[in-house]
Amino acid sequence: MPPEQQTPMPQPEAAQHRSEGKPRWTEHLHGLGPVIGLVLLCIGGTLLNSDFATVDNAMNVLTRTAFIGIIAVGMCFVIISGGIDLSVGSMAALIAGSVIMFINWAGPASGSPLMAVVMGAVLAVVLGALFGLAHGLLITKGRIEPFIVTLGTLGIFRAYLTYFADGGALTLDNDLSDLYAPVYYASLAGIPVPVWVFVIVAIIGGVILNRTAYGRYVQAIGSNEQVARYAAVDVDRVKILTYVLLGVCVGIATLLYVPRLGSASPTTGLLWELEAIAAVIVGGTALKGGAGSITGTVVGAILLSVISNILNLTSIISVYLNAAVQGFVIIIVAFLQRGRR
Amino acid sequence: MTAATAETKGSVAVEFDGVVKAFGPVQVLHGVSFSLAPGRVYGLLGENGAGKSTLMKILSGYEPLTGGTLRINGQPQQFTSSREAEALGIVLIHQEFNLAEDLSVAQNIFLGHEKKKGWLLDDAKMERDAAAALAAVGLNIDPRTKLRRLIVAEKQLVEIAKAIARRARLLVMDEPTATLTPGETERLFKLIAQLRADGVTIVYISHKLDEVEQVTDEVIVMRDGRFVARAPTPEVTRHQMANLMVGRELADLYPPRDLVVAADAPAMRVRSFSVPGWAQDVNFEVRPGEILGFAGLVGAGRTELFEGLLGLRPAGGDVEMLGRPVPHRKGWRNPRDAARHGLTYLSEDRKGKGLHVNFGLRQNLTLMALERYAQPWLQPEAERGALAEAVKDYGIRTGSLDVRASSLSGGNQQKLALAKVLQPKPKVVVLDEPTRGVDIGAKRDIYFLIQRLAREGLAVIVVSSELMELIGLCHRVAVMRAGRLVATLDADHLTEEELIAHATGTADTHAAA
Repeated sequence: MPPEQQTPMPQPEAAQHRSEGKPRWTEHLHGLGPVIGLVLLCIGGTLLNSDFATVDNAMNVLTRTAFIGIIAVGMCFVIISGGIDLSVGSMAALIAGSVIMFINWAGPASGSPLMAVVMGAVLAVVLGALFGLAHGLLITKGRIEPFIVTLGTLGIFRAYLTYFADGGALTLDNDLSDLYAPVYYASLAGIPVPVWVFVIVAIIGGVILNRTAYGRYVQAIGSNEQVARYAAVDVDRVKILTYVLLGVCVGIATLLYVPRLGSASPTTGLLWELEAIAAVIVGGTALKGGAGSITGTVVGAILLSVISNILNLTSIISVYLNAAVQGFVIIIVAFLQRGRR
Repeated sequence: MTAATAETKGSVAVEFDGVVKAFGPVQVLHGVSFSLAPGRVYGLLGENGAGKSTLMKILSGYEPLTGGTLRINGQPQQFTSSREAEALGIVLIHQEFNLAEDLSVAQNIFLGHEKKKGWLLDDAKMERDAAAALAAVGLNIDPRTKLRRLIVAEKQLVEIAKAIARRARLLVMDEPTATLTPGETERLFKLIAQLRADGVTIVYISHKLDEVEQVTDEVIVMRDGRFVARAPTPEVTRHQMANLMVGRELADLYPPRDLVVAADAPAMRVRSFSVPGWAQDVNFEVRPGEILGFAGLVGAGRTELFEGLLGLRPAGGDVEMLGRPVPHRKGWRNPRDAARHGLTYLSEDRKGKGLHVNFGLRQNLTLMALERYAQPWLQPEAERGALAEAVKDYGIRTGSLDVRASSLSGGNQQKLALAKVLQPKPKVVVLDEPTRGVDIGAKRDIYFLIQRLAREGLAVIVVSSELMELIGLCHRVAVMRAGRLVATLDADHLTEEELIAHATGTADTHAAA
């Protein structure tokens, strides 16, 4: 055995043993990953097709991104809080159908077509909020897993739309449709209305998440719900609100989407939930919650639609494989993010 | 003593020779050298962050060493997994349990080492062997019981049974008594003596120096990643042990007790409060400036009582805060409601309920009083200012303010958690096991902090399983047994024996509630 020894200690202050608490450069890289991916895609797109790098095409891509992007902002809150919502695509379809039925009825009934359209738009947001509230109450007060609740409503919402549409399509009356069209087709300062709305929703979302007490609570609950509960956070209320926020986002996305085709059918909003969740995940938010970013989510949404745009413009990979390419991207991103935390 | 050789069959002699461990650029162990002879009980002492746990993880194969040599029975070893260490009979019992809640006790004991008959599991044999191991640790339960039905102390014993079932020859116990009652601790010590008689080497890590004194043959002290000293236990006093750990003279552990003005109206008064299944008809009150202790065995319902009060469990009773009754007879609706009325609670479960370890210090500190920093947008600058102040006020030792809570040592995490529950400026604060898993230096800091809070007029309730702590710190100690508050005792002239007698029900005649 070694002799007894008494090593004099130069500094009695406890040394800082694990100082890696700080975010390291690799984590910053993770944050930049989606941006780098998007830049590379754009460079690739430009090289492959000269039409890619045009203002028209950019606006086209962004307008298409707007719907999924707006929903993804709401989804970002739900996922950061540790929840999930699988029903957003069906919810969008049912809201679209309800709004169309309402406008078709209210237009002639009220005698003011404009009023009918405005009321329809409001209805979209209100319905979204109500559906979200129902989700939130079932999940918190009813204590059912979010996956189960929203899997249930995924079926319910779409079935009711199909029932209302009698298996076919609900179509907006022509004159009303013309009145509503600018919401999708018009531009302000050269930028389409949906893109403006997307930008505004994203900014509001970012401010709420990063600069309000509510946003901090959402992150705290996702990081560790028990700790948040013990720290006097009203967990149920905060969680319910995330679903309401998402519902409102779905409502906004839908009211922008309705004038695009002027109809709702059983295929409206199909697989939107996957694209919205994918945008959030590709944007660097962990599916298990706790941390995430709105900027990342926006970039993720744009990245996904740039992929499909490039496939449309080039013939290297068939357009039919669009979903497959997006799927690969999601898996690759998840692979790169694994083992964090 | 001479260099140890494996005399007993299957014994394990360990020699650390200049062991170095670094996590990235940060060196945690700076060349640790000492050896452990078989069949002895060693107390491994050191403050949090001294490197004890890291060294033991290296010994049991959970961490590879960065430099130096680890020799088992004279053979240099580089374990790449805990299985390799277990194959040599070295088992580490984790401070935080490594058990699967949904499996049975027997399945847990044999997890990863299942006994098989051909391709199929031999459940009957595993249950028999598990029963034998459970009997050895004195735990009288059916091995088919699901783990989640056990209380914490029983889980601790299952961990030890697991090690015994794996024929451990060297057992590392990291804070094994943190969750045990005095009776269970006694039983554990008997078990340790028995294992030692069988030639098993035991490394006993604990912050409770009285236990170290009682159960070990020899103490080894580490500090700041270095070996400091070793000596046969009977030759060192507790005071010397503490001084060796801290590296300086440790003044008295407990602050002097202040007098509470008896005439003061109670800050909180609780009348016939019940938490179904946990606490019945509890009455107590706490005055401003008073430190009220809550003693009791594990499962006596202390934590549950306060969780009920906070609205975390269904409960009912009359609660008055500063003379104003809480409206509905149910306590508060939720912790938020309680905090708004001036009661906050620090959980005993720091990682599970106390702190967001993945959050920064700032986010943790301000979480309970976030409204103050949102006007309406959060003011990170104001939050940072509050953090800088708290770091100074509560003596939180951290290199930088921008680190995650997980990078702090246990004691500093606890100080941060304490600062956090005081952020909403409560009138009454409940501290559940405020010094659990905290080294002696931080303990002393926390005691003085608590005294300062009381001096500032706060009513402090301390729930603790460390009787010495309650006696040393509190003005009065309430004792709970099986969900009832059986006695409230003045801490002057109070002894550990007296407290234990009330907690175990052997002092029924003197009970006065």
